[in-house]
Parts: sequence; C-alpha cells; structure tokens
Amino acid sequence: MKKWTRRAFIGAGVLAGGTLVLGIAIRPGNRSSKVADVIAKDGESVLNIWLKIAKDNTVTAIIPHSEMGQGVHTALAMMLAEELDADWSQIRFEEAPAIKEYANHAVAKGFLGGGPDVPKFLNETIDGVFLTAVKSLNLQITGGSASVRFTGQYGMRVAGAAARAMLVQAAAKKWGVADEEITVEKGLISHASSGQSASFGEMAPEAAKIKKPSDPILKTEKDFSIIGTSQPRFDIPEKVNGKAKFGIDVDVPNMKYATVAASPVFGGKLKSIDTSIEGKNGVIKVINLGNAAAVIADGYWQAKMAMASMNLDFDSGENAQINQEEIIDRYRREMDEVLANDELEIHHESGDVNAEFDQAATIVEGEYRVPFLAHATMEPLNCTVWVKGEEAEVWCGSQNPLGVAGAVAEELDIKQENVQVHNQLLGGGFGRRSETDIIIQATKIAKEVNYPVKLIWSREEDMQHDVYRELGISRMKAALDESGNPLAYQSQFIFRHHPTEAADIPYDVPNQQIRFSTPSSHVPWGNWRSVDHSTHGFYSESFVDEMAHGAKEDPLMFRKRLTKTEPRFQAVLDLVKEKSNWGSELPQNWGRGVAVHKSFGTYVAEVAEVEVDNSGKVKVHRVVCAADPGFAIHPDSFKAQMESGIIYGLAATMTGEITIKDGAVAQSNFHDYPVTRMMDSPKIETYIINSGNDPGGAGEPSTPIIAPAVTNAIFAATGVRIRELPIKNNSLGREGGLG
Amino acid sequence: MIKLNINDKDYEVDESQGVPLLWAIREQCKLTGTKFGCGISQCGACTIHVDGKPTRSCITPASTAEGKKIRTIEGIQPDENTLHEVQKAWIEMQTPQCGYCQSGQIMSAVALLEANPSPSDEEIDAAMSGNICRCGMYGRIKEAIKRASVKIQKTSTL
Repeated sequence: MKKWTRRAFIGAGVLAGGTLVLGIAIRPGNRSSKVADVIAKDGESVLNIWLKIAKDNTVTAIIPHSEMGQGVHTALAMMLAEELDADWSQIRFEEAPAIKEYANHAVAKGFLGGGPDVPKFLNETIDGVFLTAVKSLNLQITGGSASVRFTGQYGMRVAGAAARAMLVQAAAKKWGVADEEITVEKGLISHASSGQSASFGEMAPEAAKIKKPSDPILKTEKDFSIIGTSQPRFDIPEKVNGKAKFGIDVDVPNMKYATVAASPVFGGKLKSIDTSIEGKNGVIKVINLGNAAAVIADGYWQAKMAMASMNLDFDSGENAQINQEEIIDRYRREMDEVLANDELEIHHESGDVNAEFDQAATIVEGEYRVPFLAHATMEPLNCTVWVKGEEAEVWCGSQNPLGVAGAVAEELDIKQENVQVHNQLLGGGFGRRSETDIIIQATKIAKEVNYPVKLIWSREEDMQHDVYRELGISRMKAALDESGNPLAYQSQFIFRHHPTEAADIPYDVPNQQIRFSTPSSHVPWGNWRSVDHSTHGFYSESFVDEMAHGAKEDPLMFRKRLTKTEPRFQAVLDLVKEKSNWGSELPQNWGRGVAVHKSFGTYVAEVAEVEVDNSGKVKVHRVVCAADPGFAIHPDSFKAQMESGIIYGLAATMTGEITIKDGAVAQSNFHDYPVTRMMDSPKIETYIINSGNDPGGAGEPSTPIIAPAVTNAIFAATGVRIRELPIKNNSLGREGGLG
Repeated sequence: MIKLNINDKDYEVDESQGVPLLWAIREQCKLTGTKFGCGISQCGACTIHVDGKPTRSCITPASTAEGKKIRTIEGIQPDENTLHEVQKAWIEMQTPQCGYCQSGQIMSAVALLEANPSPSDEEIDAAMSGNICRCGMYGRIKEAIKRASVKIQKTSTL
C-alpha cells in the first residue's frame, strides 16, 4: 500500500447563506463527497467535518457518535464550545451522516496509536496505510468508552480552537487591529480599546477566508468554563414526553412489518417453509432465510401470530447435543490438556513463578467461573430497510452506522454510497448494537419486496439470538512469603478478546505468569459492556481479596500496599476508603467488600455494603464508587454512567446467566433472565477525582468490579468465598436456612 | 373495527386477532411513545393508563379497552406548553439515559402519585419494581418521584 506523506489540516468553507463550515481535510485525495464539495478544494478530501457557524449565530457541532443515553452529543458539543468560547445557548448539534468521510479517524487513532498528544496529531504526517485501514474497517463506532477520549480530545476541541482562531483573525483584519488585542467571550468577539464587537455569525463569512491554522492552541484546565460543568443534556426533553424516536419508532410511508424465528440451535437450518398462510390474517409473505423463517404482515402482531401458527422444522445439526454441563466440563478438560501439553499462549510472564510456589509460606488457589451473558437492551433489536433497486435506505439505532451501510451494500451487492443510513436513538447498546446481524437479516427480507419493511425481533428472539459474553474460567494461584508479601501470581484463563490489558493486574508482584487458551465454542460471542474487563475484573479482584486474607491483612490496605507506585490507584482507594467509612462497624450479617480496576483509561474503586440474611438472601445496600477519569468533561453524566455500569454489572452479579440446553439458549425473557429492579438497587454514591490526566472512558469502567466488590463483601459477612457467578447459584444459607 | 379513546381523542382500530393495545396504539394510532419491551408484562415499558389504572398494554387486548379512557405518555401534560410535575422532576434529575423505558417509568410514577401523593420509599419500590431500566437509573427515578411528590402536594394545598 502506498504510504501517505501529506499533512492533515483544518479545512473550511462557506455554505450558501454565509455559514462557516470547518473540518479536518487531508491532501491528496479524491474530491468525492458531499462535504468535500463544501470544504475541500481540488486534490483534498475531507476526513471529518466538525462544526458549522451560521449567520443567525448558531454553532452546530457535528458528532460522529450515537446517542444511547451516555450524553455524548452534549459532552462533545461542550468540548467544541469550550475552545470556541461560544455561549452555550448558541450551541446545537447534529449526528454525522453515515458516510465514509466520518470514519472515525480520531477513535481509530486513539485505539491503534495509543492516544497521541492533541495538537500534534494534526501536525504529524498521516500514515496513508493507517487511513486506508480506518476507512475500510468502516469505523464510525460508538464503543470502547471512546467518544470523549478520542473524538472529543482530537476532533471537537481542535475544531473549536481552530474556528476561534479564524474568527479572531478575521475580526483583527476587518478592524485593523492586532490578533492579540481581540478577546472572545460567550460568543462575542470584541476589541476593547476601539469598542468594536461582532457576533460569530457576523464574522463567519470573513473567517472562512482566513488561512486555516494547523495547530490551534488548546486551553488548559484552569481556563475551562464549559468543560467540567453539567449542562442539561440535549436528548432528555424528548425522552420524557414520548417524542424521542428510537429505531423501533420509525414510520415510513407504505411500510410493512416483519418478524423472524431463527433456528433455536446455533448453526441450525430451516428445512422447509409452508407459505399457505400468505394472504390470510394480514400475512403478506413468508420467507425462508436459510437459518430462519420470516413473515411480512400488515402489523407486528399479525406477523407474530402467523409465526406462532407455523410448525417450523429445523435441522439442528450436531450442536443440538451440546449442553451447559458439557461445555463447562469440556472447557475445564481442555484447560487441563493445554496445560499438560504446554500449549498455553502467554499473556504476560515475568520472573519465575514455579520457583516461588516451591518455597512459599502460603499458597492461595482458586478456580473462578463466569457465565454466558445476554445484553438484553430495553429496546428489542429492530431494523427498517427499503431496497430500491441499486439503492437502499436503512433506519436503525446503531453503534456503528457506517458498518450498517457497509453490511447492507455487501448484502445487496450495491455501492456503499448508495446506502443511506438514518441512525436513530438507541434503546440501549451495551455492545449489542455494534453488530450488524439484524441489519443483514432485515436486508434479506426487504430485498424480496419493493416496499419498506420494519423487522422487529420478539424479546425471545433477542434473548436467544444475541451475541453473548463468553462463559469464562480462570484458574488462579499465588505464593505469599511469611510476612504476607506476594511473591508469585499465576492465572490460566480461557478466551482473550480485548482490550488485552484486561488480564493484567496493577499489583506489585515480582513473578507473574498469565496464560490463556481458546477452546472451541458454538455460542456466538459479542462485545458486552466492558468486554474482557467484565470477566477479569471478577477473577483478579476476587483473587486478590483471597490473597489479602491469606496474608491476614485488611483487603483495602493490602491493595494499597501493592500499588504504591501507582498514584491513581492509591487515590481512588484512599477516597473510597474515606467515603465508605471503611473499617467502621456494620450491623450483624453485613459485610463490606472492595475492588479496584483500571479500564478504558479510567481508574475505579468500589466498596459494596452487603447483607446476607440467614436464609442466604443477599441484599446490596450501598455502593460507594471513587473514580478518576482524568478529567470529567460532564460530571453529572459521568456519575450517571458509573451508576448505570454498576446496576448493569449487578444484574450479572446476582442473577444474570444464559445457559445452553440441547444446543440452544434456555432463557427467553425477563422472567428467566432476571435483571436488577428498583427494589434490588443499592444506594450509589459516586465521587470523582479530576487528576488532570487525559480523559478516560465513562460508559464501561464501573461495570467490571461491582461483582468482586459484592462477593468480597459476602466473604466479609459470611466467610463464604463465591468463585462462580451469578451469586444465585451459590448456597449462602446458614442456621437451618434454606440456602 | 372498534373505537378507542386515547388522550381524549377517538381512534378507529382494527382489533382482530386479539391485537394488544400496545400494537394498536403504536402502529394504528401512530403514538410511538409507548414502548415494546418484553411482550409478557415483565418489563413495564408499555405501561399506559386505562381508566386511570397503570396497565401493561402488551398483554391487554385492544377490544377490552373499548369505551374506556386510555392515557399514554403523549397525554399526561396539562397542556401543550406545560409539563407534568413528574416530567419536570425527570428533567431536573436528568433521569433518562437511553430513555427507552422512560415512558413506562413515567406512566407508573404518575399513576402512583395520583393514587398516593406522598409515597414512602417502600411504596415507591413496590409501585416501580415492575418497570425495568437496563441503564439502571433507579436512584434518579426514585429521587425524581420524591421531588414530584413534594411539588404535587404543594400545588394541591394551594
């Protein structure tokens, strides 16, 4: 592949009516897209367009991320407004269209490059190989807790600062004064000594003629007046009056409704289909999709009733022999075998653990297990597709709208630019809406007809045809010396996805051996909120607790002692200790547990206060959360995300479990896949540390450690160590309790 | 066809095949604020009021609501420009995240406060635990209900 050696720069232009548009352009490249026509010249192409300043003085931030309640539209607009010195009331936002120019360069750069310095990213030459990779990967993804970390830092702030510089230069030129004498405050450009001032809207057409700065200067924390405040979220008013439009709410003229029933056993095939119900009871068409049956009808209910009336005959294949116990036995047997055959892959190795195990004063050992988990977003999966010959329109709520366009184009064998994606609000994502399985299925159905079709999955379909967090096992072993100092830490786990650092521990243990293997599985895997951190948070933070008890030391102080060289771990542990009144007395049958973990750039410590009554019933009363996200751009949204991640993780901790019976998912709805409800919810207190580091993620980092915080608290209350989730499968009853 | 009265307006609805109120309201009356979540009365996303009572519209046949007064999320504001106290409290607490369950949450909360203007924590738990929020905003929902409760009581004593 040809290496790209030219510079990326800020591009600007004027729309009809005098609106200033600003984005990041790159040369050389093909001038192909709609936005390029506006802001790029011949030989340039547009990477991203970030903002528009209109004559009526409104500033529109264009945001290449999906809103699923994390407040991303608001937070990113704030980052742009801050650098622009705009008045918050003049700020609007639009979600970026799903076209390739919005491939989220900043996100990819952040992930692949590990987070470059902000202005430097624009100064440096852009590697064409990298750029091509980004585009072909169709990255316009909302996930990995990345929006603020990458798009906000490397896109929005730079665009805001560049626009401000251009407005200032335009004003200086017009008024014949020096740039340095101009001030910008709350959307007003002023020159104090001459008394002249202008609004952004007035100056925008002039600003567009200014040479674009390639390295605008960004503010430092002490100058922030919008970043770090909790502005009311843009998306909330319409979420309290029923007007918010989710994918499932889309209404396209002449639209029909469809539902599907896929082979319950993963990999199964539909043998045949009876089309005799077509034309009756609102049923329009019955389709054999190979692995599923589809019905198109006048309404969802008619489609659902028709589906229920059909006797679907699936060829389930060999997978129908697979059951939960068999999976666990096989995984464990394979773990034995790869260990015996020395076939483990090495995640991390330092020193010599075996030498320490031979001479340790204390050995601590345990095998941990976590179950398959479904996402169970509130909004069941759905997608509306209208195939019009060589073109298609798609309506859905997706974490990856560019991926949607790509998937539809591939399924229809048409050009991607002929696929128009109308991204809607997401009724929960948690990783599930980064997949395109339902998009492809909806396209297969829609291409059979010439009108728009809205495919809606039943909750049962959603639960049984998810992509699941894996059933995981980790075997842990540690050696302690006579004073309780850990000498060796060993873990052998199965399945490594990403982020790979999830299996690392922050603790100062001189000899470490962390290895893994990958057994075969017929259950489809998918990103589940916090991904590999969701398993390793439980494994390592439970096991470190066991090590602390092995060392006869307070679990929180043990963690502190072993993270002395990690000031951010120290700080969250200190704060959670103080705010939870760690060590103070609790009622009988209560216990406190602590856990700490870093994920997606954010450090989080949690303390859970848990009661276990004599019958074994567990009640989590209170969770104290201390988090260092570097800097919380929108503190209230950050707190809301911590609360959300804790409740989501708590459902998995207490009751969440998907099991496999005869090759299929045994659970089907919320009655047998229970989730946290209000009466089970603890009081959550979140405390934020702004340590001045790069912003970390918000959507995921509180999830991984709620399970160990709770199970460590159960140990404190009862002396019972829970090594298998969910907690409901463990017996905790005593004194004749049921357990 | 039957006639349904929703938010003081009459709609003609095809009730055949036992279509639940949820789908009649969403697809035939085009009021999409009421949400589909589970279809078996487990999650509360479809909660509406039928003659003032909180009702899971996903399991209630449309035919059973003929002649009754149906209220949905679109019909709780006193007038177009005034929010219900519950909606105001929801905004004040910045309660919704993804927002998908919130119509149902708000309908359950409004019904609770109409029946019991000053509910205890336990009464709020009991009334609201049929409504699932996968974003886990229960703490904010509870606080918003308490705030709305205070406002409603103040208004009613004026």
